[in-house]
Amino acid sequence: MARVLDQPRYKCALGAMNTVQSIEGAIPILHSGPGCAGKLSGFAGSSGKFSPNLFPCTSVSEREVVFGGMDKLRDTIDNALKVMDAGLFVVLTGCTSELIGDDVGEVVSEFRDAPKPVVYSSTPGFKGNNYEGHGWVLKSIFEQYLPAKSAAPEKRKGLVNVFAGPPQTDPYWHGNLRELETLISALGLTPNTIFGYGRGISALDRVPEAEFNVLVSPWVGLDALTFISKRYDTPLLHYPVLPVGAFESTKFLKAVGEFAGVSDAKVKAVTDEYEREYYYFIERYADMFLEMRIISKRFAVIGDAQYALALTKFLVNDLGMFPTPAYITDRTPEQYQPLIREEFKKLNYGIEADVDFLTDGYEIHERVKKEDFGGFPLIIGGSWDKALSNELHGNYVNLINPIIEKLIINSSIAGYSGGLKMLEEIYTAGLSRLIL
Amino acid sequence: MKINLNSSAVPTRENRLGSVTGYVGDLHNLIEQSGCGSLRNSERCFSQSSTCLSGCAVGLLSSIRDVAVVWHAPAGCHSFTNVLGDQLAKNINATFDTKVVGTDLSEDDTVFGALESARSLVCKAYNQYRPKAIFVASSCVTGVIGEDIDSIVADLSAELGIPVVSVHCEGFKSRIWASGFDIADHAVLQTIVKPPKEKRRVVNFKNFFESERAQITELFARLDVTPQFLYSNSTVEELSHLSESLCTVCICGTLGTYLGNGLEELYGVPYVRTINPMGMAGFEAWLREIGKYVDREEEVEKIIAEDRAKYLPEIMKIKEEIQGHSAVIGMGPGYTYEVARVCQELGIDVVWAAAWHLDHQYDNGKIPPALEYLNETSPNNMGISVADQQNFEIVNILHEYKPDLYFSRHPGSTVWAIKQGITAVFVADEYMIFGYKGTLNFARTVRDSLRNRSFEKNLAARVKLPYTDWWYRQKNNAMFVN
Repeated sequence: MARVLDQPRYKCALGAMNTVQSIEGAIPILHSGPGCAGKLSGFAGSSGKFSPNLFPCTSVSEREVVFGGMDKLRDTIDNALKVMDAGLFVVLTGCTSELIGDDVGEVVSEFRDAPKPVVYSSTPGFKGNNYEGHGWVLKSIFEQYLPAKSAAPEKRKGLVNVFAGPPQTDPYWHGNLRELETLISALGLTPNTIFGYGRGISALDRVPEAEFNVLVSPWVGLDALTFISKRYDTPLLHYPVLPVGAFESTKFLKAVGEFAGVSDAKVKAVTDEYEREYYYFIERYADMFLEMRIISKRFAVIGDAQYALALTKFLVNDLGMFPTPAYITDRTPEQYQPLIREEFKKLNYGIEADVDFLTDGYEIHERVKKEDFGGFPLIIGGSWDKALSNELHGNYVNLINPIIEKLIINSSIAGYSGGLKMLEEIYTAGLSRLIL
Repeated sequence: MKINLNSSAVPTRENRLGSVTGYVGDLHNLIEQSGCGSLRNSERCFSQSSTCLSGCAVGLLSSIRDVAVVWHAPAGCHSFTNVLGDQLAKNINATFDTKVVGTDLSEDDTVFGALESARSLVCKAYNQYRPKAIFVASSCVTGVIGEDIDSIVADLSAELGIPVVSVHCEGFKSRIWASGFDIADHAVLQTIVKPPKEKRRVVNFKNFFESERAQITELFARLDVTPQFLYSNSTVEELSHLSESLCTVCICGTLGTYLGNGLEELYGVPYVRTINPMGMAGFEAWLREIGKYVDREEEVEKIIAEDRAKYLPEIMKIKEEIQGHSAVIGMGPGYTYEVARVCQELGIDVVWAAAWHLDHQYDNGKIPPALEYLNETSPNNMGISVADQQNFEIVNILHEYKPDLYFSRHPGSTVWAIKQGITAVFVADEYMIFGYKGTLNFARTVRDSLRNRSFEKNLAARVKLPYTDWWYRQKNNAMFVN
């Protein structure tokens, strides 16, 4: 069936250049057209040490389309090693270089003895989107950069690799990852994450030392995590729900504790304290949640699988709201769809939410408009959904890509504190309807 | 130039104008080489990512208020969320109905082709959104696999009763993204613009974001003409009358050459080719030329006299504070030489001017007026490069010259000067230096930026630069292939 992308909520696989960029010290080299990076770069937060307009790029032109681009790639890598002050170079292919059949593996293998490691990943836009691309790039880095099992360092007691939403694709990636670290640390474990401030290549080097891996994500990155789990004999906890709010955070801590062999008593002590603090605030603000008359009980969520699921769980299981069908827009591969559908059925009181996997924004909006929300709905989605919410006199919260009207630096919606942050977001949306 | 409306494709700037993306030298040398036709492009053996021409082509077309673009491309090509049209339409109390949708090409599509997807998406877009025209844009993928979009547009046009136009914007076609402007203009000239029925007191005004729409409308009202802004906020119906206007002007030579020359060649609508209305000399030369075409030369002199009286004293006061500072400029060629001239009007010493590409001639076969003017009036023979948005070359130049100021114009290019401790001013809006009023605002911004350097000082002290020390020791053109 012909595909339709109306109101794009994902980019292409080459968008996983953001995954490389989010590992401090690593830089992508793009074997792509000159403008791919510009289009795939996020609006905000992309000028780190390297930014997309600095990424070495072969800028594939008509000449390479005709004669092949391997020489150009060789020159570009060779000079990138001289010009760019990076510790890891990751070559990523775009559509054109793949279609003309350049053997990128061959060129990259010539740099085996280069002063800095050079690896590659196949990421043409026609092969998949940036959610899939994230997993491919991660797997390529694990496979080509990290040592074989025989050369891997000793395991370190209590060390846990933690992976969650894809950097920069997930607008709260940095904050959420830090919050997950905090939660896991509270159990007496030592989290190891490779993305964001102060982690980088040295954290990547520690990946083989972990005692086990935790992937907090419905499907993104699962292949890559399965790969390292097998290579280093490291058990994998695949936890599909990003925990938001007390109810889900406690569930998450219990699952991690059980998996890591942390005693029930220890887990309970940790979750009890978190919950006491959380409910101190809930108690103080409960009358607003119960009595604000302009947010109906029913909500709609439009976004990628991670956010659609996490927010549905929070709104139903924590706040006692009621779901309408969730629209999942990340083109979740078919093999993962049943697992996600199942998760949407595991809500309190036997409540179940329907799920539609759709990329046609027009169609999504038409369906949401037909929903009976019994009042002014809460609409959680991307910037495309603001107009929809206005039409429904809804309360609109922009938490999912695209986010073009809000600045997110390092805040988080994960964990107990993330639940409170969500409440701030939702009720601010209600309160900001005031005409002043 | 000979515009061929029978072909849906436009020759690239490299092929059509001999434009280049790699050159290092100086102003006098550049003019000399341009004049005698000896200017040769230098290729690079290392490059950084820059900009895709398809963004320029589709960006312009999708700023029209009542069309649809069907982008026959993988998701990444149109993954940006362009909502500018909505914002601009609000300013004139209009609705913005244009949509950009895509075929989200898959691996199977690259094997079996996907023309049917494109065809059905055109129909779907028509049924859902009722656009007044539909542009079918290509991509690198459709170019390489040989999708013949021309073969579907004629039928669809007849079937739907609106213009359905192919837009050949494969990114690999040209290093010069401004080729995308020409591609958009060609699509409009080919299918939207109709032959004139009557002359109207309208001036075609090509610009980007029309932030001075109100000021210009007022200004033109004094000349008894109405500006027709392009393409933001325009409609298909308005565009169909472009051939009836008194003349065409453009805020940026790079942006306007194809449409301006095209309307002149096809329909005899004169294209105003002066230095642009930036700074004082630019504004005066531009307005005087328009005055001739609309037959209001006396009124133009009045306006100029009023503006001089109103703004010149304050401009001169600020000039005293900022003159003598040195600057490097890195922008598209439509702005580099214009901003260099304005800097010189304000007494700023431009030591290096980098343009991202160079059209050493426009579509009338003549050198861009701003470059010629700069060559004639510049007090010094400044360093010039054509740097293709290559950041590593710019930071190298900044490292060598250590100017007081860097003037940038493209998103993501400002911070790199700041990181090297150099004050940077982002000349983003095309009207930032428009006329006397804009010149005054610009001078103030420069003064304030020079006065408070806290942000750059704080940041520069704490970051590690992205380039190796080795690179900073090389010449900025070290990666040119001779």
